[in-house]
Amino acid sequence: MVGLLREDGREGSAFHTIMTITNIETIPGKTIVEHLGLVQGSTIRAKHMGRDFMAGLKNLVGGELKGYTELMMEAREQATQRMVEQAQSMGANAVVNVRFTTTTVTQGASEMLAYGTAVKCE
Amino acid sequence: MDSPQTTDLGDANGWFYIVLLLLYTMPFWGLLLTWLIGRSVERKHLRELVEREIHSQGRVALTGKHLPGERSVASSELAVGSVVVSVDYFKRWLSSFRMIFGGEMKSYASVVSRGRREALLRMKEACPDADMFINCRIETSTISNGQGKAVGCAEVFAYGTAVKFEQK
Repeated sequence: MVGLLREDGREGSAFHTIMTITNIETIPGKTIVEHLGLVQGSTIRAKHMGRDFMAGLKNLVGGELKGYTELMMEAREQATQRMVEQAQSMGANAVVNVRFTTTTVTQGASEMLAYGTAVKCE
Repeated sequence: MDSPQTTDLGDANGWFYIVLLLLYTMPFWGLLLTWLIGRSVERKHLRELVEREIHSQGRVALTGKHLPGERSVASSELAVGSVVVSVDYFKRWLSSFRMIFGGEMKSYASVVSRGRREALLRMKEACPDADMFINCRIETSTISNGQGKAVGCAEVFAYGTAVKFEQK
């Protein structure tokens, strides 16, 4: 996920964009002037064979499966980005009360859903 | 002339049986090896966790939605941290016995709890300039249950609102 700029000009992930995202009803330090409604983004990802093979080897000794961690975070960023894009199209500049859910659709594929309320803040 | 040849043959047979024995006891050696490696990986991770937790002790993570005290806030953003953890071969073998009698599965609990601590730390480390994290949530989900050839692992995901206070 590139191309999204932070307030300080650095390139960041979907979680740290020019749009403020919080998971509480308010934005600390800012006041909400308008509620624009629910926005959501989702993606379903399957893990690929190469990653699965390496994870299979790693699985023998336990510990973190880095390939899968990256995969899950990429998927979550994608979902967040889609949510942010929807909020931007509504003319919002922040998303509050964001929730994340993960569902295993089938063996080896997960759905990531991010949803929240698009707001205008000052 | 014949005697050395027979002893050679006998030696070869001996090796053959040793190799055969090793092959037949492969699962046992696998268990032993994965137990040893898995244990050292776990201990190393625990040492790292303690070190990092001490380092980020001052920046507390709260589950409440309200900021304690009256301090003006400069900025806030979403902080996320995630980790996928798996259980080693030896622990899975142990757990198959636990499945018969029931009860607490301590070997699995330690893995998931390590994952949870790791996810929380990653959440904190994702926002190095934040002073406090409010409304933190931890979510655990199974990616696959590890039946058949599938890799058994679970994801721990922690998220919250990172708050930066205004400098006095």
